[in-house]
This record gives sequence, structure tokens and C-alpha cells, in this order.
Amino acid sequence: MERIPILRMGEFLLVTIQVDMHDRLAMTLQEDLTRKISETGARGVMIDISGLEIVDSFIGRMMSHISSMARILDATTVVVGMQPAVAITLVELGLSLKGVHTALTVERGVKYLEESAQKRGRGRTNGRRAH
Amino acid sequence: MPATTSVGFGEILKKNREAILSDWARELSSMLSRQKDLIRESELKNQCADFVEQIIRATQAGEVSNIQGPAWSGLRELLGKISASRALQGFSPTETATFVFSFKKPLFTKLREEFVREPDVLFRELWTASMLLDEMGLYTAEMFQKSRESVINRQQKEMLELSTPVVKLFDKVLALPLIGTLDSARTQTVMESLLKEIVDSGSEIAILDITGVPTVDTVVAQHLIKTVTAARLMGAECIISGIRPQIAQTIVHLGISLTDVITKATLADAIEVALDKTGFEITQVARQN
Repeated sequence: MERIPILRMGEFLLVTIQVDMHDRLAMTLQEDLTRKISETGARGVMIDISGLEIVDSFIGRMMSHISSMARILDATTVVVGMQPAVAITLVELGLSLKGVHTALTVERGVKYLEESAQKRGRGRTNGRRAH
Repeated sequence: MPATTSVGFGEILKKNREAILSDWARELSSMLSRQKDLIRESELKNQCADFVEQIIRATQAGEVSNIQGPAWSGLRELLGKISASRALQGFSPTETATFVFSFKKPLFTKLREEFVREPDVLFRELWTASMLLDEMGLYTAEMFQKSRESVINRQQKEMLELSTPVVKLFDKVLALPLIGTLDSARTQTVMESLLKEIVDSGSEIAILDITGVPTVDTVVAQHLIKTVTAARLMGAECIISGIRPQIAQTIVHLGISLTDVITKATLADAIEVALDKTGFEITQVARQN
């Protein structure tokens, strides 16, 4: 079955969506990602949707659901590289993805994740950070 | 005798083409003295000749009831072209339609000469020709209007593009000075050009300056919020600046919530916030004198 790969980058997970999402694929991703977060104890998830050109309300909702689920599992989510057409579509659909952090590029997404991990790391005592 | 109906005035036109054309030319020049300034005589002559040619061709095909049929497509095309060029040359709709209507007199004169002994045939031919020419005249006026409308549409589009420039203020800071009322179509253009520019320049902050927006009602506010949300989804932050006191009052009275958006009174304040967020600072350098 078709799956979207989830890559591990240190304490973050990277999901790159390069194909057009259909509903089954989105559900699979949701399951895979939540499992992976709890398995690896990841602190952040970056979803790169620069290859995504078509969205519908289901995919839009899925993105905010993934973000909420990741938050419950104590990981920050950042969505990067949204295409202008996708942004306009989501707004017209009335989905503002409240609570989902966004960034223009992967670079800035990583920066945001590191910053938020650092911020939270101060309050936490475990030494899971690599360096 | 139905055969006469289909050949009728078309045949006569064909037979007397040169005579009718010269009569018509005289008619046109006496009716529209102003035309001489706007159109060259040779061009007008060519149009007249083409017009007569097309009528002859169409009547030979046997279709004389209305000009929407396939036999008249050549004539419709010609009239469309004439109307469009007349509109550009600065003719009034009346003058454009008169081009067609003035053809009646020379044609009817010839018809009368031909059918002087058959009043019934004469009446029928006159009626058919008159109906057709009326239709052509109306068609001309319609085409004239259409070409004018297309000019207006084009201008509107150009204005739309002119009125929504996206300016790069600083590294990673864009500004969008909005002028005039925001309607759905404009918001769409604004949003598209802003988002495109955000991607192209990799900007983090966009300042929407609404100093030039005369009124903000719920619709305009809705459009602003849409633009801000779309920019946020792309990963850029928006600041709305240039909010006048009256507009602030209106926004509150209308119950519009702008709590998720940074708002500033002036563009200068917004620039300051933007620079602060991107990690820049403007300081005054102490001068020597």
C-alpha cells in the first residue's frame, strides 16, 4: 500500500508530502505519525507540503488534527512550504488552521522547532537532547 | 411566387451594384459630414463595397428571414469589425448604426424603379430589406457596445493591477499599500500577488497598509482577515497599519474581532515592529554639525 515516508532527524520527525493526498493516504499518515512520535519520543514534527497542490476540507482538517494529536503527545508541529494556491483554498474553505504553526521554508521550520524545543527543554529534566 | 422573394432585392443589388454604391457614398457623405475627419474615404469605400458584397452573397444563399443564420456569418463578422473599429475611431453609436441605415435610401430607390409596375412585390421586397437592415443596424449597435465594454473591462483590469503593488520594504519585510475599496475580486488579486511575493522573496512579515481604504465594513474586514490568514498559513506574519480613529470605532461597533492580528496606527509604527521582529534596528547617527 502507498505510504508517506516519515524520516527521523535527531529528535524531530520529517514528513514530506510529494504526492496528491487522498483520504486513505491521509488517514494512514495520521496513524503512522502518531505511532512514530510515541515510539521515538520525538519533540517536533515538520510537515513539508511544498509538493502539495490540491487540498480539500478533509486534508485541511487532517492537518490540524495531526497537529493537535502531536501536541497531546508532547511534540510541536510546524507546516512548511505551503503553496499560495493551497493557502487561498484553505482560507476560502474557512479553515484557518488555528494552532498549527507555519513556516515558509524547511530551514525556518527547523529553526522554529529547535527554539521551541529549547524553550520547553529548560522546564524539563531529562537529557534526551543529543548534545 | 415564392422564387421572387429569395432572389428579389439581392438580384437587383447585384445588377445595380455600382449605381447603388455611388448613391450610398453620396448619401453617407451628406448625412455624416463629421465622418470625414475620423475615417479615410478609401477605407469607408472599401467597407461599403464589402458590405454590399456580403449581402449579395447571403441573399443568394436564400436566407432572408433573419441575419442570425449561417448564410449571414460573413456579414456579421464584417459588421462586428466595422463596429469595433468605429468605436476605437471615436464614433457615436448613432453614427455607427447610421452607416447601415443610410443604405436604405439608395436601395429602396432602386427597388422602386425596378418594381414600379408591381406594387405587391415592391412592398414585400421593401419590407424584407427593411427588416434585414434594421436587424443589421441593431446588431451594429450591439457590437459597438460590446467593443466599448471590452475596452472598459480591460481598463478595469489594468487599474486592478496598478492598484495592488507589493513593495519590498526591507529584507524579509513586504508592504502592501491598499488604496480604494476592497471587494472580493480585488481581495483575490491582492491575496494572490501578496502570497506570490512572499514565496519569491522569502519574506517573514507583510504590512497591509489601509490608509487609502476609505471605509471598512464587515465585508472589507472579512477580506482583510482572509488575506492575513492566508499569509499566516504560508508562514508569514501580517501587520495591519494605517487604521484611522473613525475606522477603529467602526470596527469595534461592528463587532469585528482583529485580536489575532497585529494592528498599528501608522505605517511607521508597523515598520518598527517588523524590523524588531526580523532583528533589525534603526538608530539615529550622531552628526558632526
